[in-house]
Amino acid sequence: MSQSGSERRQPPLPIVIVGHVDHGKSTLVGRLLHDTGSLPEGKVEELKAQSDRRGTTFEWSFVMDAFQVERDQGITLDTTRIWFKTAARDYVIIDAPGHKQFLKNMVTGAANADAAILVIDAAEGLSEQTRRHAYLLHLLGIAEVVVVINKMDLVSYDHGRFDAVAEDARHYLKRIGIVPSVILPVSAREGDNLSNRSRTMPWWTGPVLVEALDAVQARPAADDRPLRLPIQDVYREDEKRVFVGRIETGRLRVGDIIEFSPGGRRAGVASIEGWNTPTMLSAGAGQSVAFTLDDDVFAERGQVASHPEHLPREARQLQVRLFWLDRAPLKEGDRLDLRLATASHPVTVEAVRSVIDVESLERREAETVQVNEVAEILLRSPTPIWFDRAADSLATGRAVLARDYRLVGGCIVTGEQSVAATRANITPVAQSVTREEVAAANGHLGGVLWLTGLSGAGKSTLAMGLRRRLFERGRQVFVIDGDNLRHGLNSDLGFTPEDRAENIRRAAEVARLFADAGAVAIVALISPTRADRDHARRIVGDGFQEIFVRASLEACEGRDPKGLYAKARAGKIPESTGVSAPYEEPDTPALTVDTEAYGRDKAVDVLFEFVERRFALGRAAGRTVR
Amino acid sequence: MNHLDHLESQSVYILREAYNRFERLGMLWSLGKDSNVMLWLARKAFLGRVPFPVVHLDTGKEFPETYAFRERYVQEWGLDLIGDACPPIELVDASLPPASRFAARKSLGLKQALARYRFDGIIAGIRRDEQATRAKERVFSPRGEDGAWDFKDQPPEFWDQYNVDFPPGTHVRIHPLLHWTEVDIWRYIAREEIPVVPLYFARNGKRFRSLGEEGITFPIDSEADTIDAIIAELENTRTAERAGRAMDHEAEDAFERLRTAGYM
Repeated sequence: MSQSGSERRQPPLPIVIVGHVDHGKSTLVGRLLHDTGSLPEGKVEELKAQSDRRGTTFEWSFVMDAFQVERDQGITLDTTRIWFKTAARDYVIIDAPGHKQFLKNMVTGAANADAAILVIDAAEGLSEQTRRHAYLLHLLGIAEVVVVINKMDLVSYDHGRFDAVAEDARHYLKRIGIVPSVILPVSAREGDNLSNRSRTMPWWTGPVLVEALDAVQARPAADDRPLRLPIQDVYREDEKRVFVGRIETGRLRVGDIIEFSPGGRRAGVASIEGWNTPTMLSAGAGQSVAFTLDDDVFAERGQVASHPEHLPREARQLQVRLFWLDRAPLKEGDRLDLRLATASHPVTVEAVRSVIDVESLERREAETVQVNEVAEILLRSPTPIWFDRAADSLATGRAVLARDYRLVGGCIVTGEQSVAATRANITPVAQSVTREEVAAANGHLGGVLWLTGLSGAGKSTLAMGLRRRLFERGRQVFVIDGDNLRHGLNSDLGFTPEDRAENIRRAAEVARLFADAGAVAIVALISPTRADRDHARRIVGDGFQEIFVRASLEACEGRDPKGLYAKARAGKIPESTGVSAPYEEPDTPALTVDTEAYGRDKAVDVLFEFVERRFALGRAAGRTVR
Repeated sequence: MNHLDHLESQSVYILREAYNRFERLGMLWSLGKDSNVMLWLARKAFLGRVPFPVVHLDTGKEFPETYAFRERYVQEWGLDLIGDACPPIELVDASLPPASRFAARKSLGLKQALARYRFDGIIAGIRRDEQATRAKERVFSPRGEDGAWDFKDQPPEFWDQYNVDFPPGTHVRIHPLLHWTEVDIWRYIAREEIPVVPLYFARNGKRFRSLGEEGITFPIDSEADTIDAIIAELENTRTAERAGRAMDHEAEDAFERLRTAGYM
């Protein structure tokens, strides 16, 4: 099949039209469609005849109203996306006006636009809504803005009035960091300066609207910026692992050394994979890619691949500017889910610093943020977050906030308390004895056996039985039991999701120390979520073995060695795993031990054989991949 | 990257998000041009294979050419096909107009598949430009237990951050083609040489522009017998794509009723 000419065609430029509800957005769109020849033939004549019959005067906004009626009747075009073309290129108007808008819908639409037309009534000047919309353009990172001072016919095409409103607009936009490409006078109703140059405003020598739009640069490809490739998923293809994700900025080339953040592991790019596509040696911003590495390093969704010389920032506390879309206000102490690229972090609102008055741009102190307000807040995460500042890289400097299954806000990162600053005075000291020497002395490798499963599945019983067997064989072995940890190291932790995650993190760190010391550390911990276990895997690194101790909920409840299920059923324990909170079974554990099928001794035998094989000298500790 | 590369990359991103976030995923395969493009994009995303079942909601009333197409490509593409028959028309809301009643069998078929295979995510090939109520869709669109769609109060969705967490009992519709237009679909079919049911090409001055069941889908007047001719035809038409779908035109609100009740 030959490539048709359309193959080379540029994508339509997505634009959004914002401004106060009565400042003439619908009229502007109706007239623009007409003047660019984008309306179906006879449409305007039909509407004019209709107006005559009703004894009303035809208005250009009727075009949008007509679309709306047709949409409501399910007949033709919808008003959420309208296409038009000029001699230079195609445009698509996202979320075209004509119906009542909620801010969350405006954000949903405008976030996809590359450019905006801000419409201001020449007689009324900037309104509160004008400013709120402009401010959101700034937060959404829409830098290409054309300002249209509309309804010039109502101010007798007065040059002085135009200058006054334009100056007002320019001043406000400058304060929020927007430099409009053009501010121009139009009368949408009369068709002045949209597509045709006005005879009534000879003093205007700048571009007409269509010229101004055609001059807008499509968002430049971000290929020449530092590489940011957030990992979306990891697939296993035969023996190799394939990492997938979309390049947000920069270029990825076969042979590049990349580093995963957080974590710092590095490897070389071995190949860029694809299907039904020519072999690729490099890929640029915007491309969804799949790639393999030349080394077996562990990386997972949420991390980002970058070049070591241009790493992203890392911090646990982020200063963000946010727009809030939820009816329920935001307040200090609230817990939210922060989603930045493919990473998801449970965060707490450490402080509401200020709410921004979009009219005066003054910051006032506040304890809560109401729906549709813009605020500066400080967020705290228990784990490091990788990011860029929005001023450096918008695509990786912004995030959404979710709560109770919904997106409730968006934010751009303006600053941070860096992890590096808090760790600046800490330098790891190299050990004087190598792992290999320790392994040779012990006669086996160190590592971590991570036993996960429901309460009552038999984790602690098996762990203790296994320790005895390994000890009798002369192995270095220790059991780290979840309940025991809570009496000491973790006695400050409760049972909130964050505390449970922290409990698991500490257990993993302790297990790693044992493994580094050359021992086989057996961890017995329910660890119900895959995310937590993946986190543990990342902490431990090589030598992590996930063991699924399986028993049905019924069997566990029947055993109930700690009386937990009885209490949970009686409602005395909220969020009890298996009863009122989910247990996520491992996808690909290194080993599954079914304690209903096996007796205790048989199960310990199976585990013993596994450890003897897996931690034998002379083989690198194998690691499983999800 | 050109326009088609952008569209492809975005769809691949959406499909990979869906595959990562949902345990039990299925893809609706109507056998039409859009769902073939969608399957193709899944193979792009997952490097040649389709790692979840494809669901054909079979009313038993497809055209013979459509069934032949299904048999052939299930084999060639190594698909895991679920092709259960939709529940009988007697079970459909009798107050709907006749052709819509026909279509509503598919909604019942989908409900049946959701219950039988416990899908938590269903990938569907709808596009914003093809039908008015579909224009308001989100990429990830939550449904209640009954499959109902509350289009007046949808969560915001921006910066490619999709709503992926939902209360138990909801399932999510995922729409990887939402941002494509009809002519984009054909341009991509041409570029990638994706097979489609031959009914799309004109024979004796007629062709199907949108493919549904026999009896409720009608061909349009057309001489377009190649993909290039179809693309040329679409660039000049001012007629709606689904004009040949009886169910869209029976009553003003028929399609909206179908969709709020769970239709694709």
